[in-house]
Amino acid sequence: MAYALEINDVHKVFNKGTVNEKVALDGVDLRLNSGDFVTIIGGNGAGKSTTLNAIAGVWPVDSGRIIIDGTDITGLPEHKRAAFLGRVFQDPMTGTAATMDIEENMAIACRRGQRRTLKWGITRQEREEFREKLSTLGLGLEERMTTKVGLLSGGQRQAITLLMASMKHPKLLLLDEHTAALDPKTAAKVLEISDRIISDNQLTAMMVTHNMKDAITHGNRLIMMHEGRIIYDVSGEEKQKLHVKDLLAKFEEVSGGEFANDRMMLT
Amino acid sequence: MLCLITLNPLSLFRAFPGSIAQGMIWGIMALGVYITFRLLDFPDLTVDGSIATGAAVSVMLIRGGVSPLLSLPAAFLVGMLAGLATGLLNTLLGIPGILASILTQISLYSVNLMIMGKSNQPVSVDNYPLVTSLRYVTEGSAASKCMFFLGMALFLIALVAVLYWYFGTEQGHAIRATGCNGNMARAQGINTNFIKVLALMISNGLVGLCGGMYAQFQGAADINMGRGAIVIGLAAVIIGEVLFGKFASRRRLAFAYTLIAVILGAVIYYMVYQFVLWLKMPSENMKLFSAIVVAIFLAIPYLKEKRSVKKGVAR
Repeated sequence: MAYALEINDVHKVFNKGTVNEKVALDGVDLRLNSGDFVTIIGGNGAGKSTTLNAIAGVWPVDSGRIIIDGTDITGLPEHKRAAFLGRVFQDPMTGTAATMDIEENMAIACRRGQRRTLKWGITRQEREEFREKLSTLGLGLEERMTTKVGLLSGGQRQAITLLMASMKHPKLLLLDEHTAALDPKTAAKVLEISDRIISDNQLTAMMVTHNMKDAITHGNRLIMMHEGRIIYDVSGEEKQKLHVKDLLAKFEEVSGGEFANDRMMLT
Repeated sequence: MLCLITLNPLSLFRAFPGSIAQGMIWGIMALGVYITFRLLDFPDLTVDGSIATGAAVSVMLIRGGVSPLLSLPAAFLVGMLAGLATGLLNTLLGIPGILASILTQISLYSVNLMIMGKSNQPVSVDNYPLVTSLRYVTEGSAASKCMFFLGMALFLIALVAVLYWYFGTEQGHAIRATGCNGNMARAQGINTNFIKVLALMISNGLVGLCGGMYAQFQGAADINMGRGAIVIGLAAVIIGEVLFGKFASRRRLAFAYTLIAVILGAVIYYMVYQFVLWLKMPSENMKLFSAIVVAIFLAIPYLKEKRSVKKGVAR
């Protein structure tokens, strides 16, 4: 059976040949089974978000292959890869269209991977579906379906983006530090919603985080990145037994003790 | 005071029907500007060229024996081609939007001369059954004048209805999402490059249509008739938003009201224009006047926000 995601020796260098040259991905290899929920940690510039962007096709990679459920997507543009993916971003502004209604945003997500035709943008049946889905969030948004998303809080926007990302049952859900811009209480709520959406829909997911504790308590697998490579990969029972101090030790070992300047959260 | 006495209110009153009709025609162009400027967030200066292209094509077709009515879809189509050129320069060749549109606009100057053969081509209502003409609102019976305005109003309402429908479709949603947040649009599988080209084509199609109607209205296509057209389009959009924005939002069919507000913005622009001319402002100063009006209205939201920020700090 094909892997849900297969990344083979992917390389990416930004600003090649200039003084700002930066090796972002230096031979990333990764295989995910269907239903895996992987958390990704690492210092600044380790290549966590870059890996997610490489999968999403924000820019082409220099070499290597990216295969989703048996389909090689390495050569596809970003909007075509969207058919396979659900994405939530760090900035709550990025995942939704602020000047459009909640229901319009959801309707756009509902058509991911389809041609945009001259049929009505939202059907009555979809509205009912959206209302139901929104009510599962417990934020009262089902009563505000025609509110412009720009009027909502960051947490509300991330929750909606999560719902949108999980529509159409994506082959892979990419969460790129999606709670980093939220206050701790809201972040916890959004994480809880993420967990629920992933398990209810049996999604394969990757979550980048700076919070080691979150990385340990969520998902069934954890990888640590450093300087564009995956340097640590645990899953199953071994992962459940992990403690923050184990990760810190691991991190210190590879980075030579520079973690103190890092914004990695130690709680 | 003395100079005010010399002003004749009656002459202003007589000129208003003409400026209202002119404003209604330019309202079509303002709808095009609204699509790029507000919905797509693309500063499209193509319009200065494409309005004259629509005019040139309409007039040359009429002079060639085509019915004035049928010349208008042709004007719409060439406008779309102009939008296509700007769109491809921007998305396929990576030229920044504003520069891409300037390149198209400049090249259209030559294209328009090629179409017309010279810088001005008349088309007289005496010889052709024109769709619009200044004559229809200045001469003839009151009933025929009313019929013309009624016809124009019905056409504009139909146009608003079509646009309202279109921007409610999947494709229309995709245009609005692309203009609002390109990252979100791509993440949801929207081909933002294609959508940009599409929206530019629709916008410039409307501008070309306006050009065709306006050329018939004034009885000639002129190579310079598009100069500063974007400013008039922006003025209409902004006047419409400032005066009717509150009224249009927060009600059913808000988007349709917004489009009507934009058309009314164009009508008001030309009424004010007429008023200022009546005050004996030399007509060569009118472009300066228009630019200042647009600058002021564009600055208002910014200054308002700045003031409220200051207030917030003081508190």
